[in-house]
Amino acid sequence: MGKQVLLEVENLKKHFFLEKGEVLKAVDGISIQIFKGETFGLVGESGCGKSTAGRTIIGLYDRTDGSVSYDGDDVHGMNEKETFAFYRKMQMIFQDPYASLNPRSTVKEIILEPMEVHNLHSGKRARLERVYQLLEDVGLNREHANRYPHEFSGGQRQRIGIARALALDPEFIIADEPISALDVSVQAQVVNLLKRLQKEKMLTYLFIAHDLSMVKQISDRIAVMYLGHIVELSNSWELYKKPLHPYTQALLSAIPIPDPDVEDRRERIILKGELPSPITPPSGCVFRTRCPFEMDICATEKPVWQEVEEKHYAACHLYNSEQPGDKAKPQLAGWR
Amino acid sequence: MGKILEVQNLHVSFKTFGGNVQAVRGVSVDLYKGETLAIVGESGCGKSVTFQSVMRLIPEPPGSIDSGSIFYKNKDLSKLSDKQMRKIRGKDISMIFQDPMTALNPTLTVGDQITEGLIEHNSMSKRAACKLAVNMLELVGIPDPDTRLNQYPHQFSGGMRQRIVIAMALVCQPEILIADEPTTALDVTIQAQILELFKEVQEKTGVSIILITHDLGVVAQAADRIAVMYAGKIVETGGRRDIFYSPQHPYTKGLLHSVPRLDLDDQELVPIHGTPPDLFSPPLGCPFAARCNEAMEVCTKIYPYRTQLSDGHHVECWLQDERAKQLQSGRV
Repeated sequence: MGKQVLLEVENLKKHFFLEKGEVLKAVDGISIQIFKGETFGLVGESGCGKSTAGRTIIGLYDRTDGSVSYDGDDVHGMNEKETFAFYRKMQMIFQDPYASLNPRSTVKEIILEPMEVHNLHSGKRARLERVYQLLEDVGLNREHANRYPHEFSGGQRQRIGIARALALDPEFIIADEPISALDVSVQAQVVNLLKRLQKEKMLTYLFIAHDLSMVKQISDRIAVMYLGHIVELSNSWELYKKPLHPYTQALLSAIPIPDPDVEDRRERIILKGELPSPITPPSGCVFRTRCPFEMDICATEKPVWQEVEEKHYAACHLYNSEQPGDKAKPQLAGWR
Repeated sequence: MGKILEVQNLHVSFKTFGGNVQAVRGVSVDLYKGETLAIVGESGCGKSVTFQSVMRLIPEPPGSIDSGSIFYKNKDLSKLSDKQMRKIRGKDISMIFQDPMTALNPTLTVGDQITEGLIEHNSMSKRAACKLAVNMLELVGIPDPDTRLNQYPHQFSGGMRQRIVIAMALVCQPEILIADEPTTALDVTIQAQILELFKEVQEKTGVSIILITHDLGVVAQAADRIAVMYAGKIVETGGRRDIFYSPQHPYTKGLLHSVPRLDLDDQELVPIHGTPPDLFSPPLGCPFAARCNEAMEVCTKIYPYRTQLSDGHHVECWLQDERAKQLQSGRV
């Protein structure tokens, strides 16, 4: 059975126009396909454009260029009525469970609101039943319905945010750093909850985060972003086992593993310098200023997006087939 | 190696409108010369408050050190006056904070901020201090230090700012460096740079480091010894290998099972259910009892005593009691 493409993003760009004619290219041409029922992880460090990408995909930001199509419909070409209907299918969970819930509404009101706006489950009783059901789905109980957000811990608040996103019975959820504000023991609770809900409700996730070890836990496939571009894409275990792009290699090697013996054996690639400004990105390959394998071509030509191994894509000149540097593919002895 | 800092049975509380928060409830921990001691725990467990108390940085009131002692060089820091404490802060014991943005004064050049300690503590001339500051910036890996000295914090990136904060903390050659979540606000690739820097600096200067963090990966990489805190108490202390390979406290075990590991495929995360207790009225017995799968009746009533498992490995848990062990073997 072929997988059905649910979301198709093509050459999506989001540029912010600043004063003095400067342009911040937050997202500069990304293309991804997300299949029905999968969890697609989008990772990168702060400022790489991953959140902007998520917000542009759902239509919170207007695109600068490119297209987003959901189940065949052009998300950015919809009229008001169509957009309204679209939000029933796609919902978002935000990073900060403190800022994303109205402190003056009760949990009940917070979860009821989307149902009222969309006029679902007619009748007060039916809607209330639905609220209770949702609370139980996310591991809270009906007694919580009349409380206010400040009465809950961070993890519980994130559960409320999830219940609200589920209120419209969406098919697709964009989760933008849903766990990074939470403590480790609670992060695992929320990740397990998201996994369970996915199974029960046949959800598709776009999971945006900076924590690669958590993203790997939950995702089927992962795309790595750097300075507005996707530099590598593959299934998640393969990405860890055989990272192709030098940035992915450095990123993986920088993540500490909670095991002293493993840590002692590991060799790290310490990247020099820091993220360049997205207002004046480097020419050619955006990563070249920090890349340990920089070649002449990297400054002059943008690397092309290519399938280096089966279903494992990367944008890097090291993998150009006619490249003389072909023999010198990055071999990182024992970086793990 | 000798002890350089001894915290004994420290109790710290804060007065609030809601009542007294007992943030630290009897913490005892030693720091040895030249080591890196990691303090691990989740938000609100009292790990930061403990070491802010050591530095006497908690505002009194509303905070107060209710009992206990903090010995550094035969002096009890908890009894010193503010004036006496000022001579120690920055000179003998330095602290760096999570957010390098707020730890620096935006209206002063980084040079002014690094030399301030030298001029204050070592009565150095401005010129000599600047020279040392340049060396310091070099040590922490800031290129072109002569020019950078005259720049302001906003002209630096997050990672660079944290390097400046580290330079500030180390310039008077303190014996102890307390680092409170020093890499939490940074990206992983920058975190790797900073942790590397700590290692280098420790090798060169022999400074003892207290690393306060919630990230077990960072701990595995950087710590020699580890103390695990929960609800204002240290529940387990041990060497790096003790804690990671033979954890004894159910909380330590739970914490280790709930972190994802990059190098494992199909790992099942086992979260700790529930949430930490309210420290306005902390439970009578073990604070972890309500979340613990192995809790017994005694756990909810009496706080467990400290059991020594091996040299340097301590745990506070009733499961270590002979009677609990008999009970378990009896069940089998």
